[in-house]
Amino acid sequence: MGSRASSLLREEDIEEIKKETGFSHSQITRLYSRFHSLDKGENGALSREDFQRIPELAINPLGDRIINAFFPEGEDQVNFRGFMKTLAHFRPVEDNEKNKGLSSGEPLNSRMNKLLFAFRLYDLDRDDKISRDELLQVLRMMVGVNISDEQLGSIADRTIQEADTNGDMCISFSEFTKVLEKVDVEQKMSIRFLH
Amino acid sequence: MEGAWDIASVLFQVWLSMVVVLIMLPAMFGVSLGFTDLYIKVLVKTLEWATRRIQRGQNEQPTLPSQSANGIIEKDDGSMEEEIGELRRSHPKSLAGADFTLCDVFYFWKKGIENIVEDQVTQRFTSEELVSWNLLTRTNNNFCYISVRVTIIWGLGVFIRYCILLPLRITLAAIGLSWLVIGTTLVGFLPNSNVKNSLSDLVHITCYRICARGLSATIRYHNKENRPQKGGICVANHTSPIDIVILANDGCYAMVGQVHGGLMGVIQRSMVRSCPHVWFERSEMKDRNTVAKRLKDHIADKTKLPILIFPEGTCINNTSVMMFKKGSFEIGGTIYPVAIKYDPQFGDAFWNSAKYNMVSYLLRMMTSWAIVCNVWYLPPMNLKNGEDAVLFANRVKSAIANQGGLVDLSWDGGLKRAKVKDSYKEEQQKMYSSMIVGSDCHENSVGPT
Repeated sequence: MGSRASSLLREEDIEEIKKETGFSHSQITRLYSRFHSLDKGENGALSREDFQRIPELAINPLGDRIINAFFPEGEDQVNFRGFMKTLAHFRPVEDNEKNKGLSSGEPLNSRMNKLLFAFRLYDLDRDDKISRDELLQVLRMMVGVNISDEQLGSIADRTIQEADTNGDMCISFSEFTKVLEKVDVEQKMSIRFLH
Repeated sequence: MEGAWDIASVLFQVWLSMVVVLIMLPAMFGVSLGFTDLYIKVLVKTLEWATRRIQRGQNEQPTLPSQSANGIIEKDDGSMEEEIGELRRSHPKSLAGADFTLCDVFYFWKKGIENIVEDQVTQRFTSEELVSWNLLTRTNNNFCYISVRVTIIWGLGVFIRYCILLPLRITLAAIGLSWLVIGTTLVGFLPNSNVKNSLSDLVHITCYRICARGLSATIRYHNKENRPQKGGICVANHTSPIDIVILANDGCYAMVGQVHGGLMGVIQRSMVRSCPHVWFERSEMKDRNTVAKRLKDHIADKTKLPILIFPEGTCINNTSVMMFKKGSFEIGGTIYPVAIKYDPQFGDAFWNSAKYNMVSYLLRMMTSWAIVCNVWYLPPMNLKNGEDAVLFANRVKSAIANQGGLVDLSWDGGLKRAKVKDSYKEEQQKMYSSMIVGSDCHENSVGPT
């Protein structure tokens, strides 16, 4: 169900988004009405302030990073296509997806893409490595003022030590996946959409 | 030309006398001639038919999106500790309950995305979504053309609402309000006495009854034995300014509010002549002590009417109850909670002040089918020993939410306009910190390498 704005979303657009993201028709229309209700400026795109208006997101320690993930490099607005592409990472991995294999290219919500998405939350400069500084930044966001620099530093050092296999004092994407290979990423980074 | 004017004036007089006899007089005496009940019955039948017809149409055309008012997503309701604990369980490191792992961020990620898709707060500031269409264009969300008959009924509905009901309702509202101003001013000339109080009550109730007729309001009051008494404070959930009309149809209250100019100001000044209401100047409202003192003085006087307060401080869309401001609960005095629940099928009563100003809101009300609501009077509550105002406020809020079938939220209704306080984020950070640092001795034993 949506506001009258759903009539602004054309059938061709819905079909394209369906192919790109794998969401169903009704999910796309519902998410469009959500997009529209967040878009206070009614200009067809969301800004960072629009996201900040969600109180539960504003109090999330990683809220700013999560919001950033929606915005392409250097841009201040995200349109509906971009919004859906980001959300598509959190679609559950259905059985038929698993069976399809890599026939149509890796779907956005595959395990690897989910992990890559999480990896990018740490790796801000996109150099495919999580450096000590980048790790510290995320840690600092999550703990606020409650832990001292020294303690936090030693936590970061320990984490890198355990994950780093090639001795470069950074965590690469393959090291990242190795550390988390037993974690149920499919379930923990998925949102159960109704219908 | 003359003849046309004569006919027009005769028609007008007939119209007016019909209104007076059929609507005003019964309203004064609290008698119902049954028109509204009949109207509601017909309306219910029509809407049910329309719903069935629409559902049938949807089954025949499967490309139409199906209507479902359930949420978009299904959420896990675990606490931070539970969820992160689950994440870490599969981690090869033995943790002894503390320390950081790379997968901890998944919890915040998922929560963040869930809240972007659907959150508990922002949806409360817009009108409730309906499960099935109620033949009003304004609630036409995705309800496409289904059949000729539904469209005809809808067209008929538009005609009835705009051409028949709207003028009638505007007339009634005008009569009601002018009656209030004139009546209270007249009563104000009497010396203070019991007679004056009863007359004042009569004038107030009559006016509100006429206004209620002016909205085709059908109100069902439950548990009338718990009605607020003098010297008490009546507390209710707030959906729209019409709440006042709804409550005042069944009892007399002392209103609390800011002094306005214009028409509101005229009404306020005349109301206060016949019985004491509590009107504050804008400057006084900032000083919490002044406000509290005046309210305390009012309820200390047992001859004065119970105060009516809406502790949420702003209009919410009647699907939930948001944080009650503790100010009203610090005054002392017995609290009489009241739960108000509107039936959105007949007309959406929520005032979205960001979208509509007062006049357009009232026009929308008057062109809806009707206002149907239930009012529950809850048993009076008092501050318990050792309980502070905030806990008391929450207790009252839960009781109201429970009775009205509303979601009980602790979020502040002020979030409609203001940003959320940083202290909530700091709480989250603190909670997480205690998870990764654990007890201090653990840290000391592992020192820096």
